[in-house]
Amino acid sequence: MTIDLKTVKHISKLSRISIDDNKAKKLSDDLNSIFKFIEKLEELDTEKIEPLTSIVETNLKLRKDEIKSKNIREDILKNSPEDNKDFFVVPKVVE
Amino acid sequence: MSNIIDLKLFELVEKIKKKEISSTEVTKAFIDRSQKSKKLNSYITENFENALQKAKKFDEKPDFNKKLPGIPLAVKDLFCTKNIRTTAGSKILENFIPTYESTVTQNILNEGGIIIGKLNCDEFAMGSSNETSFFGNVQNPISENLVPGGSSGGSSSALAAKLTPATIGTDTGGSIRQPASFTGTVGLKPTYGSCSRYGIVAFASSLDQAGPMTHNVKDCALMLEVISSYDNKDSTSVDFKRGPYLKDLNENIKGKKIGIPKQYRVDGMPKEMDELWKKGMKIIQDNGGEIIEINLPNTNYALPTYYIVAPAEASSNLARYDGVKYGFRSKGENLIDMYEKTRSEGFGDEVKRRIMIGTYVLSSGYYDAYYLKAQKVRRLIKNDFDQAYKKVDAILTPSTPSSAFKIGEKTNDPVSMYLNDIFTVPINLAGLPAISIPAGHDKAGYPLGLQVIGKAFDEQNILNIAYSIEKNINFKNNINDWWIN
Repeated sequence: MTIDLKTVKHISKLSRISIDDNKAKKLSDDLNSIFKFIEKLEELDTEKIEPLTSIVETNLKLRKDEIKSKNIREDILKNSPEDNKDFFVVPKVVE
Repeated sequence: MSNIIDLKLFELVEKIKKKEISSTEVTKAFIDRSQKSKKLNSYITENFENALQKAKKFDEKPDFNKKLPGIPLAVKDLFCTKNIRTTAGSKILENFIPTYESTVTQNILNEGGIIIGKLNCDEFAMGSSNETSFFGNVQNPISENLVPGGSSGGSSSALAAKLTPATIGTDTGGSIRQPASFTGTVGLKPTYGSCSRYGIVAFASSLDQAGPMTHNVKDCALMLEVISSYDNKDSTSVDFKRGPYLKDLNENIKGKKIGIPKQYRVDGMPKEMDELWKKGMKIIQDNGGEIIEINLPNTNYALPTYYIVAPAEASSNLARYDGVKYGFRSKGENLIDMYEKTRSEGFGDEVKRRIMIGTYVLSSGYYDAYYLKAQKVRRLIKNDFDQAYKKVDAILTPSTPSSAFKIGEKTNDPVSMYLNDIFTVPINLAGLPAISIPAGHDKAGYPLGLQVIGKAFDEQNILNIAYSIEKNINFKNNINDWWIN
């Protein structure tokens, strides 16, 4: 299969990364060579194989639902790109 | 007395404990050398003044029971360090100052270690040559314009150049072992679940592990002892008995069965690499170990599997960089436009490429064909190792198919760059521990490494085997300080 420009544009939309036309062409070439390499997996019959979802196959431990970090509002907002003491600020969403 | 910077980590610890040298003297020595070594571009962020203050504080009230008493260390810039900028080598985190500490660096601080700076790395640890970093290429101290490997390239460069007595990196597909091999140093990727991932900038969560990079195996055992811990802040951290790795370190490998996988004999491998591998086998035999040919039939499928699993996980992990809560933000006409511009301008080409691969393999209609398929093949690769470990105690392979390459040599062909990790990636997929130790040089005089792979949680065994090989091989790094005027 090949990843054409239309597909590249579609993936870029899904990834929320804007791509200009010059880059899209180069990206399409790169992705095609990578997928050609990946498609080697088709040689293998994996019909009856269980997928490996986690290498640590144990049950997750339960813990009490307790508040451990208190009064960290300032910490959380500290790295916010748009300066504001109380909220994260984004471009207007609702008209 | 020899120069402070020439002392190994363990020797520094001993001398500080015996009060022969102070933490301030040691810290100053490594900072001085780091300041003379800017040409290597190993550092992203320096923490020198703060470190000197900490060293002075340590000397005023020393605690010699610590494992790293007043020892200065620079670490990969993928570990969140409280109040010290943490960039992951990316523009998108250029001004990010964590308000919390990663568990691994906290363990270092708890044992008396002092952070002197944050080391360069490929952007979000995606790369094998440190060329994807927003903060520029890193030089390999072995020779000018040679890559130091990646993604922990700043770490390997700073260690080999003696800007830090030891360091820590992270390894998702070879990012500790390959740079260690390229710089003539030791690097260990622990078993998945050994070192906490809390506070490490996430790349591929089912593969990422932190690990030590050091001048020798003894230092490696010491560092592993410090950083490995059970941590309830990481749900994949495993609560197993962690050995006193340093105390139990010994070179006795009598009766050990060591596997040699025939699938690791790849075309185009330099003759020196093959000879070195044979030399490793001979050392094992001479010391009472047994060499057994083993079969890892699905080895050739490891890289394609990795390049589905890792980007898929990365595309999810990196969704958090949206210009809202932290990091770089670009102006947009509306919210979506802001997201798209922020991510387009904030991420470099390799990161964007991998996010897009990951998004595609997880997208509707392709999930089964790619992601699910890869998870099934991952099971086959793990099964290969499980079968092999019924017959052997550990496995010996080369660390990389070749020595370090020139800066710019492989940047235009992503697939040829990916092939660098052919011997390291299967180990991450199977969650196993592996150590790379320097073992010889190629024609050009560049270092080559051997890799010892262990059973899960059997770090002590691979440390001991590596220790035995190290003693017999007597490797010397040829570094002539070419970057210092």
